[in-house]
Amino acid sequence: MARYLLRRLAFLLVSLALASVVLFVLLRMLPGDPANALTSVGASPEQIAAARHSIGSDKPLPEQFVHWIGQLAGGDLGTSFVSSLPVAPEVGSRLNVTIPLTLTAFVLAVLIAVPVGFVAAHRRRTWYGALLSGVSQLGIAVPVFWLGMILIAVFALNAGWLPAGGFPPDGWSQPAEAVRSLALPVITIALVMSASLIRYVRSATLDVLDSDYLRTARALGSSFGRAMWRHGLRNASVPVISILGIELASTLLGAVVVESVYALPGLGSLLATGIAQHDYPVIQGVLFVSTLAVLVIGFAADFVQRIIDPRLRGRLSGGVR
Amino acid sequence: MSIKKTSLYGGATAAALALTLTACGGGSNGGGAAGGAYDKNATVNIGSLYEPQNLDNTAGGGQGVTEALNGNVYEGLFKLTDDGKVENLLAQDYKVSGDGLTYTFTLRDGVKFHSGKKLTSQDVKYSLEKVIAKDSQSARKSNLEVIKSVETPDARTVKVQLSKKSISFVYNLSYVWIINSDAKSLKTSEDGTGPYRLNKWTRGSALGLDRFAGYWGDAARNKQVVFHYYKDATALNNALLTNAVDVVTSEQSPDALDQFKSNQNYKVNDGNSTTKLLLAFNDKAKPFTDVKVRQAVSSAIDDKKLLESVWGGYGKLIGSMVPPTDPWYEDLTKVNAYDTARAKKLLAEAGYENGFTFTLDTPNYDPHPTAATFIKSQLAKVGITVEINTITPDEWYTKVYKNHDFTATLQEHVNDRDLVWYGNPDFYWGYDNKQVTKWVEEAEQASGTAEQTDLLKKVNRRTAEDAASDWLYLYPQIVVASSKVSGYPVNGLNSQFFAYDIEKG
Repeated sequence: MARYLLRRLAFLLVSLALASVVLFVLLRMLPGDPANALTSVGASPEQIAAARHSIGSDKPLPEQFVHWIGQLAGGDLGTSFVSSLPVAPEVGSRLNVTIPLTLTAFVLAVLIAVPVGFVAAHRRRTWYGALLSGVSQLGIAVPVFWLGMILIAVFALNAGWLPAGGFPPDGWSQPAEAVRSLALPVITIALVMSASLIRYVRSATLDVLDSDYLRTARALGSSFGRAMWRHGLRNASVPVISILGIELASTLLGAVVVESVYALPGLGSLLATGIAQHDYPVIQGVLFVSTLAVLVIGFAADFVQRIIDPRLRGRLSGGVR
Repeated sequence: MSIKKTSLYGGATAAALALTLTACGGGSNGGGAAGGAYDKNATVNIGSLYEPQNLDNTAGGGQGVTEALNGNVYEGLFKLTDDGKVENLLAQDYKVSGDGLTYTFTLRDGVKFHSGKKLTSQDVKYSLEKVIAKDSQSARKSNLEVIKSVETPDARTVKVQLSKKSISFVYNLSYVWIINSDAKSLKTSEDGTGPYRLNKWTRGSALGLDRFAGYWGDAARNKQVVFHYYKDATALNNALLTNAVDVVTSEQSPDALDQFKSNQNYKVNDGNSTTKLLLAFNDKAKPFTDVKVRQAVSSAIDDKKLLESVWGGYGKLIGSMVPPTDPWYEDLTKVNAYDTARAKKLLAEAGYENGFTFTLDTPNYDPHPTAATFIKSQLAKVGITVEINTITPDEWYTKVYKNHDFTATLQEHVNDRDLVWYGNPDFYWGYDNKQVTKWVEEAEQASGTAEQTDLLKKVNRRTAEDAASDWLYLYPQIVVASSKVSGYPVNGLNSQFFAYDIEKG
């Protein structure tokens, strides 16, 4: 186990290092000049040169890269070209929105998807089983911004129960307001996410229901519930967990649409602003933190799968059979 | 970077034009239902699409920083009012020498910075020199480079020597913030003399201002204003509908207006903007080198129909670069007016009986793609084929603005008094008329505003007749507000938004 963890940690560090190089180089290959965002139309070449100098983008690329990596090692994500604010606290304040948003939505989606997916599989020949499958199909087709707009129209504009968007400027120091602001976005993400999860849960459950081991267990006198509990759930959960990891990671990165519909100051909108302004330190900071999050989520999903399924342990720990 | 975000503007006079505010209901200088009791300790929530990029207007803060901080947190020696007048602000009065080269300003007494320091002539000198410094990123730098020296004979007197006459000098000073010479990190904090001090800027979300107790003038009529920033016009309108904001500084979505117009809880103010939508020809690129071709294209496009389709009943037609709030405004919509028969005739005269094909570089954000499609269909009727090339603002800046590598383009120009760019043959559109350049220079050297106005009227008419560009329409400036608030500015000249007179009932 210790060996496995070490390997995973090494893998994580190497991935991060590679990602940081790719990220740094790719950004610089994009057309456009960060000095444009800092100077006004009508700026003279000297003014543009001064702007480049002030943000250090006139230095050779390797030098800029080493500078950035050096800062990173010290936990510093640098300073925004445009706002002159340090990036790390800004990313932190955005995570205060994005992490609660995604995690709550994720938990809610799992709470919806697991029972619904199970019922949709187990009762697939009943009318409500078919209905649940149909609704989840429909849910996958619904664009997230459209669902957001519908929810805003119904619960914010018409009923007036919840705010239509925004986040309290003081953040979580007004917890009740913050929770109210996140309610509709959480529901939006959870509904969309659960729709696709339901299908995975359903098909994983179907595999188990049709499996030989379940039939054997029942033939040996086990009740359906007991056989499912002892053998079925465990087997069904292994593929679902890897999907959960992917869903969580993609939601973390893909929350930008929901953040835009609900005017939330989250990580996605910070990235979008950063890109529009060629604010390299901001883009690098956000992408670096996101890469880290995705790697950690992937690791967690892998780890949980190994705990559930002993067969995976040998395979992943490097050839101990 | 689009011109909208920055500050294209021209040098011009300080004297003013008293214009009539259209559709402005009462209040001394603002919109909304005036009168009645108001809450002196109210928090006014303002919704905007323009978040500052940083808090320094000499370092790329963008139009958002002007909107939030100009007049509210920082003050200049002079102020450009919402109806286009230039008034004394931190300057109590000033004298100009006979040759027009020496300006002597007397500062108002008892002005304090938010940090507590007293305003002195040293701060004014520091602020002026910061704008014209070598590394300054101020859009006003080129206009203020006429400053030769700044002297401070005593704590309340500032003496400025100009290298040549500049009748726009006082007007230009209305853009210069007077900052504390000891202040540091102005990109993330402030030290101004205005009626509000910065409370907190939560980037991506909101910027809060609190009434400054030590303000030298009349205290703000509300205790606190919070600018809430939205990236999306729908989200902004929803915020207004749910009372999360009291007023929207600039409505960009005409489709949303009906729901506010038909609701007596809201007031829709139709102000005068200075933002022009231009079909800018490259006057140095064929076939637009030929004045007849430019006139023909201008005549072939039905601007009225375009305005109607983009903005419904809002906005105005203009026949030139000059909006009605500029002192040298003249209605020139009849010059090169819509007339397809004339367009065809002009094209034939220019040798293009069978039309021609050109590429239109179109910024990828509204309303340019809509306008481009409209222009394409209009010009097809006179035999001209338009190839639409959609580009990002960044590409526009590099390809069109810097490298002049284009045939025609669409762009919005936001500032007042920016007719004078036609006097600069090196400007991106390449209009080069020696007579116009001379008039623009003479106007700036004029000894009086009447003379300046006269000359710029000539420039106006000549550029219009030459169809230097095709001025499609003037944007409306629409401020939508809850009927509970009043006293907000309705014209928002140059993106200013004075919040101190806003009363909330």
